[in-house]
Amino acid sequence: MPRALWTHLVKDLRIELRSLDAFVSMLFFSLLVVVLFSIAFDPHGDFSRDIAGGVLSVATMFASVSALNQAWAREIRHNVIDAQRMAPTPGAELYLAKVIANFLFVTVVQVILAPFFLIFYNLHIEGQAWLLAIVLPLGTWALVGNGIFFAALSIRTRNRELLLSLILFPIFIPALLAMVRATTSILTGDGDPTLWIKLLLGYDIIFTTVSLLLFDVVFHAE
Amino acid sequence: MNASTSEAATSPTSVRPVSASLDKVSKLFGSFAALRQVSVDLEPGRCYVLIGENGAGKSTLLRILAGLLRPSFGAVNVFGGLDPHDARDRIGYMSHDPMLYDELTAEENLRYFASLYNPGRAGLKRPSLTPAEALRQVGLDPELTRTLGQYSQGMRQRTSLARVLLPVPELLLLDEPFSNMDVESVSQMVQLLAGFRQGNRTIVITTHQREHAAPIADWVLALRAGRVASFEPGNPSL
Repeated sequence: MPRALWTHLVKDLRIELRSLDAFVSMLFFSLLVVVLFSIAFDPHGDFSRDIAGGVLSVATMFASVSALNQAWAREIRHNVIDAQRMAPTPGAELYLAKVIANFLFVTVVQVILAPFFLIFYNLHIEGQAWLLAIVLPLGTWALVGNGIFFAALSIRTRNRELLLSLILFPIFIPALLAMVRATTSILTGDGDPTLWIKLLLGYDIIFTTVSLLLFDVVFHAE
Repeated sequence: MNASTSEAATSPTSVRPVSASLDKVSKLFGSFAALRQVSVDLEPGRCYVLIGENGAGKSTLLRILAGLLRPSFGAVNVFGGLDPHDARDRIGYMSHDPMLYDELTAEENLRYFASLYNPGRAGLKRPSLTPAEALRQVGLDPELTRTLGQYSQGMRQRTSLARVLLPVPELLLLDEPFSNMDVESVSQMVQLLAGFRQGNRTIVITTHQREHAAPIADWVLALRAGRVASFEPGNPSL
């Protein structure tokens, strides 16, 4: 791993471990979404399995956005970003470190969320449960990878929080669709999730590559 | 130098090598002109003090020299023809903000930035100061375990200066470095900068407190409404 990437990553993890700002807000937000949806739909049996993929994806999406909105807040607060822009390291390494850090935060939230999810939705997984360990990280990476990029893009705008959602959600739709279909297929045991997993993988590769290539331009923009 | 003209503002010894050169630089933010046709050459081993009212263009000029802003018109180069952005590892920039993380200690902040300046790639200059050395230079204790959020404004300012000094830059750009500092700290900082300048390095300071920078001011450049109003020799005592 490039040293600057590692340096950025360690810094982000250390700060988050000290403050737990993003983690706590994500956890409570996602728990709220899961509980509220379970009250609204009173899920059980087949119906529960049908909607669970969508609820899990939406819970992850909303929770992540609350963290993504704050992803660059510490860099903006005391203008740390200018010191980073002056450092002789590629901006892409800062981008990738932020994606990895936020990916880890969201993944931990998902792991904590999982038992609550199974309880509130009375889920008995019919398909190959281990495939969820591929689908969820791929979907999370798609969300976080784009989110960090677009959060950086909207850093200098007044309504950056609103702007992030407005840009991110439409672009995330193909990945959301693949994530929901794959998760539902795994939970219900109906159909083959392979196609959706491939779509997610392709989406991640394309968008991560494009973001890495373009990040320096966004990062060094005035 | 006539304040109403846009001719080059160069010191009489302009045949000497220049650390940075601005040639008819203008910077527009929308329809607002923050800088208008500013030309100036900065020599190594000199300290330049930029003065002017709020909005005169001092910070904009510094950010252009740092490579953080690009001029709308005109040309800027450093170290004999380089784009400031390409030479940013040789330029130190300290802004009004500390440019550091509140959640980390001073030593952690500096260790983070020192790693960025020394990412283990060939061709990149190693930092000449360790975080502990840089902190001691600005009169701070590297062993302090408090996070930066618990520091006074003056201590943050000094930590910020320590960050800038880490790679021992050849061109040091300081935006209001004396704000929120007590008299003794200002005196220490001026002494430190005087030593730094003697290493044939160029210092550019913007300040509203001209008297603080006077002991090291080789040249005083006054900006008014984005234009060079005057460019006069100082009377340095250090």
